[in-house]
Amino acid sequence: MKKRTKQITPSGEPWVWLTALGLSVGILMVASILGLIMYRGLEVFWPERAPLWSIRSGDDTLGTELVLGPEVLKQNKSAAHGPDAGTEIQIFQGNRESLGQAFRFISSSDIKAKTLPPEVIWIERMEYGKALGIPIALRLKDGTEIPFGAQNFLPNLDIKVTEAHERWEQIEDLEKNKIGKINREIKSIERKLKNLQGNETQQDNIASLVEKKSGLETQYEALANKARELRTLQDNPTLIYRLANGEQRELAVGQVVEYYFPNQLGFFDRLGMFWRHIGSFIVEAPREANTEGGVFPAIFGTLVMTVLMSLAVVPFGVLGAIYLSEYAKSGLALRLVRIAVNNLAGVPSIVFGVFGLGFFVYMVGGSIDSLFFSDRLPTPTFGTGGIFWASLTLALLTVPVVIVSTEEALASVPRGAREGALALGASKWQSIRRVILPAAAPGVLTGAILAMARGAGEVAPLMLVGVVKLAPSLPLDTTFPFVHLDRKFMHLGFHIFDLAFQSPDSEAAIPMVFATTLLLIALILVLNLGAILLRERLRKKYATGNF
Amino acid sequence: MQPEISNGTLIDIQEFDFFYGPKQALFGISLGVLPKEVTALIGPSGCGKSTLLRSVNRMNDLIDESHHEGNISIDGKSIFDPLLEVMSLRKRVGMVFQKSNPFPKSVYENVVFGLRINGENNKGRLDEVVETSLKAAALWSEVKDRLNDSALGLSGGQMQRLCIARAIANQPEILLMDEPCSALDPVATAKIESLIQELKKNYTIVIVTHNMQQAARVSDKTAFLYMGKLIEFDETEKIFTNPSQQQTEDYITGRFG
Ligand SMILES: Nc1ncnc2c1ncn2[C@@H]1O[C@H](COP(=O)(O)OP(=O)(O)O)[C@@H](O)[C@H]1O
Ligand SMILES: [Mg+2]
Repeated sequence: MKKRTKQITPSGEPWVWLTALGLSVGILMVASILGLIMYRGLEVFWPERAPLWSIRSGDDTLGTELVLGPEVLKQNKSAAHGPDAGTEIQIFQGNRESLGQAFRFISSSDIKAKTLPPEVIWIERMEYGKALGIPIALRLKDGTEIPFGAQNFLPNLDIKVTEAHERWEQIEDLEKNKIGKINREIKSIERKLKNLQGNETQQDNIASLVEKKSGLETQYEALANKARELRTLQDNPTLIYRLANGEQRELAVGQVVEYYFPNQLGFFDRLGMFWRHIGSFIVEAPREANTEGGVFPAIFGTLVMTVLMSLAVVPFGVLGAIYLSEYAKSGLALRLVRIAVNNLAGVPSIVFGVFGLGFFVYMVGGSIDSLFFSDRLPTPTFGTGGIFWASLTLALLTVPVVIVSTEEALASVPRGAREGALALGASKWQSIRRVILPAAAPGVLTGAILAMARGAGEVAPLMLVGVVKLAPSLPLDTTFPFVHLDRKFMHLGFHIFDLAFQSPDSEAAIPMVFATTLLLIALILVLNLGAILLRERLRKKYATGNF
Repeated sequence: MQPEISNGTLIDIQEFDFFYGPKQALFGISLGVLPKEVTALIGPSGCGKSTLLRSVNRMNDLIDESHHEGNISIDGKSIFDPLLEVMSLRKRVGMVFQKSNPFPKSVYENVVFGLRINGENNKGRLDEVVETSLKAAALWSEVKDRLNDSALGLSGGQMQRLCIARAIANQPEILLMDEPCSALDPVATAKIESLIQELKKNYTIVIVTHNMQQAARVSDKTAFLYMGKLIEFDETEKIFTNPSQQQTEDYITGRFG
């Protein structure tokens, strides 16, 4: 009983396998890149143990060198060392300022011993990244030293570090808020004076302004002095510690961000520290050219920009779609507009950046400046990149997405609902506003979600219209008018680019690149989830059609 | 053969032709509808019943490239008068569709839709209209506890009655119904039919139906259309017992259509 294969397999079967294969490859690719980012991104926050490695030094088989720090990478030696050169490991040794490099490769065959000395201290500093060493003593201001072995060493260190942190907060408050406020007042008085210059009738006014200004300047001096005093206090006491190579270092406690003893931590201590690290990464500002510290301003900038972009793109996209699908007469012109809108989605994003720079920043912003902020010129206010122009540029970039999905949503509103509204005496606009648009809302939100996902992840155009490596202040704050649309801002996507390609020590920045990427993905996910929840609520409320 | 039009005619259709583009769907229809009567339009599929009905509240305006000849007037005034706003015509002439089409809103908002677009937002007044309209549509007892639920959660028969309530809330003079029971089960159909009997006291009703028994049960006058022409229009009793045209007889006895 032989049957031909053709009869056994239905003719479509191989295609099923092909589609399944396509899907699997797609899922695999997405899953592996997400997995990699998750793993490398979360790894950053996990407090590693810091072993002490004894390695053969140079050609001398007897000489021993000590290296302290966790292993971060193990790989086959590059071909330059010969075909079977064996493996090498990369060690993070920190102490960039004295060892020259924070990372070091050692060949596996050179390793003589590996121990976990419990006294190793891991210090996160305000400058030069991490320090790893063995503590020796705490030197107080009067010169007395508390040795590491002493009972009161740890409590004292703890107290001094906390005090230093409080002082930093005071300094920041003085320098950023109080002095900043006085500075702004002085600037505005100066502008007024400049406008009044040479005006004979306003002499009294000018005199009172000058007086006010000098009063503010004395206040400024007083505050600046206080900040300076506090800063000098940060130089004492100091922590003395020894590096693996025996070199002794002294570090002002005021420079310590965080310290711990990695080889003494139990699993739950490390877990707790892991969460704390994630928390501070999210809420803190970056340090040291963004390679250390947190990314709060970038998260905030991304969020504000995405929200502003959505506020701009959704209304315009929806209105455009309503016109196209409800009002415009069908014909060649309409078809051309549709094609143009769809093609807009394929224009490289940098082109939008160039357009945003030329049109929004130079033309519109320049005109706004010369009309409303001429007293500040030549310093531009809106005539330079800023969060508003960036949001509008991205809105332009994402408007096709919103238009296309809104048009689809409008088309899928059942004909009965439209006729029902008209038959009750509604005008066309009333029927759109009160029936068609609410029914299409879930579909509109789908478009908004897609636009947000696209906009939040876009970087190239932003570089032309207002994103910066380090923004001095957030686009939203407590000083009038609270929303500062003209301000430059930071952005997670640009942060990733900056860390990976523009930072002075790119090796040290790699973990941050992964952590920031993870955060950006998480942020987009959160924004999308928010919109999806809203859409589900709308759908439930109306339990309507299928979008 | 047409009955002579009595003076009290409310809807007066005169020599009415209707064209979908080049295709003519209605041919010289003349028909008078008396106030507070139920007039049934019967005829095989595609004979132009819906077209005629939708001409009365000018729903056919929505169709591109359609036009008409002849005239329809209500209360002696032409509905095609350029000075007359189509929106106010539609407020006077309510319509219930074949496929029930509640809005994706709450039951309450469905009923008050017509008032809201007229700018009525007084809560007390709206509540009152919701109650009276739903009672008039024999739906109040079933939905009074779920006024704020989505209308799309109602059963088919309830939805259709909601659409009737929605039309009534507008206080029209005339109700046009295009096969209002064709998607409903017999129980729901019976409810709507008795509702029509009730509504007849206050409204003039024109109903399109596929169902001969239904026409016989609910209507006072019946018009038989065939291929876009009015074949016969008379007392329902007479059409079903003693039609004067052979075609009418063939149709109601089920010989074709
Ligand atoms: N929108 C339209 N465009 C073109 N022809 C139509 C349209 N609507 C109905 N027709 C045609 O007009 C004729 C009458 O249709 P209709 O009034 O819907 O019939 P009925 O309601 O009696 O079944 C049919 O031949 C139908 O094909
Ligand atoms: Mg029909």
